[in-house]
Amino acid sequence: MASQHPKPASAAASRSSEALCKSLTGIKGLDTITGGGLPTGRATLVCGGAGTGKSILAMEFLYRGIAEFDEPGVLMTFEESPLDVAQNMHSLGFDVQSMVSSRKMVMDCVVLDPEEVLEGGSFNLEGLFIRLGQAIDSIGAKRVVLDTIDSLFSCLPNPARIRSELHRLFRWLKDKGVTAIVTGESGMDTYTRDGLEEYVSDCVILLTVSVSDRMASRFLRIIKYRGSDHGKNEYPFVIDGRGIALFPITAEGLDWQASQDHISSGVKKLDQMLGGAGFYQGSTVLVSGSAGTGKSTFLASFINAACLRKERAIYISFEESPSQIVRNMNSIGIRFEQHLEQGLLRIESYRCTQCDLEQHLLNIHRVIEEFLPRAVVIDPITSLSDISSHLFIKRMLAKLTGLLRTRGVSLMLGSLTPSGATPEGTSASISSLIDSWIFLREIEGDGEFNRALVIRKSRGMNHSNKVREFKITDDGIDICEVIYGATGVLTGRARQLQSAERVAEIKQSEIDAG
Amino acid sequence: MLDPPSGVISTGGGASSAPEQYLLRLYVAGTTQRSMTAIINIRKICEEHLGGRYVLEVIDLYQQPQLANGDQIIALPTLIKKLPPPLRRIIGDLSNTEKVLVGLDLRAL
Repeated sequence: MASQHPKPASAAASRSSEALCKSLTGIKGLDTITGGGLPTGRATLVCGGAGTGKSILAMEFLYRGIAEFDEPGVLMTFEESPLDVAQNMHSLGFDVQSMVSSRKMVMDCVVLDPEEVLEGGSFNLEGLFIRLGQAIDSIGAKRVVLDTIDSLFSCLPNPARIRSELHRLFRWLKDKGVTAIVTGESGMDTYTRDGLEEYVSDCVILLTVSVSDRMASRFLRIIKYRGSDHGKNEYPFVIDGRGIALFPITAEGLDWQASQDHISSGVKKLDQMLGGAGFYQGSTVLVSGSAGTGKSTFLASFINAACLRKERAIYISFEESPSQIVRNMNSIGIRFEQHLEQGLLRIESYRCTQCDLEQHLLNIHRVIEEFLPRAVVIDPITSLSDISSHLFIKRMLAKLTGLLRTRGVSLMLGSLTPSGATPEGTSASISSLIDSWIFLREIEGDGEFNRALVIRKSRGMNHSNKVREFKITDDGIDICEVIYGATGVLTGRARQLQSAERVAEIKQSEIDAG
Repeated sequence: MLDPPSGVISTGGGASSAPEQYLLRLYVAGTTQRSMTAIINIRKICEEHLGGRYVLEVIDLYQQPQLANGDQIIALPTLIKKLPPPLRRIIGDLSNTEKVLVGLDLRAL
């Protein structure tokens, strides 16, 4: 009996030693969808067409390996000179030069002019192995990038020979125990032109650029990851001044802590309609309505209230410039200049067609990370439909609301209902992401247009169900008292008339009683 | 027997009667069969076609790996014709004599 005991234990031990180790790339979204990075001690193939970002992904992996995980790295490039690489990386904010001079990185550039080369008998690529081995050993490298390895096929004769030598190279990299990224050009029907995916079988990542309505978007997909679960979608990503940014929708789970604290809408009577104290802190509020119903005014009031409480807030506009917003809100008694001066407010204006949806998300994400606001408004979210479909906007909003909720930041979105559309219109598709929905509308009657609002929904609070008229005054939004007439809630002149009659009636009854 | 490969410089016998001097460098990896074949082949070709007007340097990259980058060595063996211009690389064990002669500009294509 006793002699049998160690058996299961050792079996378990050997299982865990066989468990796949992963190396974080330092590219956050990528580490999320790969469940912790690329397979340690193995080669990952990153394939894609020209300009899809293969080299940048590979270089960022190398750079962050050194900067964040203290893992020295070797770059062997077949396309660019070390100077070009350093310059390209510098434009992303990566100081490659200092890493080379501090002996954390070795750059080896392989340049062969196919015009010079003749095949005069049987050969192998031992020279490549010697160079790579020498570079790895000289700094104790843990990471290696080979970019773009299929260039070898264009500068050397005998493709069959090269193919078998590359096969040997990948086995050799594994024996060396380095975590490698090998990049390859996409082929017509295959992931890579030269079928590299047959040799690099542990992890294959595909990068693509797709253009729809003349807006280009980048996508990343993990084709395979042997021995590991991974995200299987096409994930949009962006490359900008700071490298690769990827926000998987799955990254922000549905497990945030719901706040019990309230935050004022900035309109006192609206707070009362919401049950007394306003919205929940960290919730997402939609203010929808057709043109001229006062959406921006509600958004500005919300932001204004946050700033008056000395909380930081961000106003993101897709329609107006910061100075225009300041001027317009000044006319209704909201003094944004003061908040700007005190550093409590940031106004960001973006033209929605200036970049794709993912880049907008990244811009907003960065502003939020820098400024750490308690409240954010976006005016209006429907502008984004100029550049993308409702489905993608909804996904982007899911990421954004997820991001803000986990930080307890309250978000208010403006949404333009096109004239002639149903009241729910475009907003219904995002309703599931929304905690509170204020619906603004115009009521025509008696020769005038009057503004009214109703709370369509507000999760977790006993809110008013009344349609209420409101006025935009020099002192902001004023929600009028409910006056019923024969046809229901009265607005405008009819309400004033009815109200005056009632006052007169009361006075009359006082006189009668007196 | 073969001479040890690394660092060997062989010069052809006679004085420089011919117009063009050849400067050749052969990179190999160790004393493998392929390395040895390449060395034998290039010596034979040099003696037969370049008698007296060549310098041949043989470098074993296993012993001097740092030299691989300078001459952009990937494939082995590689014979580099440094002089006369144009620079040319002939890769392989040099058993294809015709190709080698073309590479050395000793035979038209």
